[in-house]
Amino acid sequence: MGSAPVSDPVYVPDTVQTAVKILVVGHFAVGKTTFVGTLSEIRPLRTEETMTQAGELVDDLAGVPGKTTTTVAMDFGRITLSESLVLYLFGAPGQKRFTGLLNDMLHGALGALVLADTRRLDHSFDIMGLLEEHGVPYAVAVNQFEGAPAFPEADIREALDLLPETPLVVCDAREAASSAGALISLVEYLQTRTPWEQG
Amino acid sequence: MTPSRPGRDRGLVRPYVITEGRAHPTRNTVDLVTLVTAVRDRPLNSLNPEKRRVMELCGGGALSVAEVAAHLSLAVSVTKVLLSDLIDSGHLTVRPPIPKAQLPDARLLQEVLHGLRSRF
Repeated sequence: MGSAPVSDPVYVPDTVQTAVKILVVGHFAVGKTTFVGTLSEIRPLRTEETMTQAGELVDDLAGVPGKTTTTVAMDFGRITLSESLVLYLFGAPGQKRFTGLLNDMLHGALGALVLADTRRLDHSFDIMGLLEEHGVPYAVAVNQFEGAPAFPEADIREALDLLPETPLVVCDAREAASSAGALISLVEYLQTRTPWEQG
Repeated sequence: MTPSRPGRDRGLVRPYVITEGRAHPTRNTVDLVTLVTAVRDRPLNSLNPEKRRVMELCGGGALSVAEVAAHLSLAVSVTKVLLSDLIDSGHLTVRPPIPKAQLPDARLLQEVLHGLRSRF
């Protein structure tokens, strides 16, 4: 019955027992999709969610007359980290009106990488505020666009009002080593926040 | 990200038909990265077409909830309803993600870090 999937699935190895996720967040056109695509071992996938304009997931899937709905897409990819562990990277929209969708994505996330553009640093405020409200730890990675001003780190920290311990790195979302380096900075930071008792 | 297309779904039927009128899954433990696999030899004749598609897709191995949604072009919320039903009826098994509200333990973070460093 029209059963062919839209794209050929690449299955998770049988030995994998645990899946974790990290969010890649930021404003429109900051490079989230590029970043996810650079690191993913599968062709990045896209899912969509329908939301009311108020920013909440629609309760009634039939739709309520008079309420405008919006379709929001998120791109994601997968990295097999060991024979028992896979990491999913979700590119998530950073605007306040997508809070409902983000709640779902933030649930259980290890942390978030905030991609920023030095030409539009103020566009990152919304998402940083949201992550702080939800207690989701994050690092900031400046995606170095050609021609974008390279401010001193201290100036960027001040503009973004970062806590002293919040990592701030520069990356090129088109390059795997550079992008992975940004993720590594985030995970190293997460390690410093974990309680000391050993699991 | 790719905002503001008018609220229309791509399928031929509206989402509530697929989910049999429900907007919420029967269980709230299904996360975007919960891994699901089809159980072999379960009867499929009572399943609606969308659930059969899920079973066919998940027969080949494990996929996350997000991947099932993407491969079948279904909204995540709709997919969660379908998958929860199929878990309840014994058609799918899950490998659960780490539970909410529990800080990831040091070993898990170390494994993530080691994996990233060795892969890139």
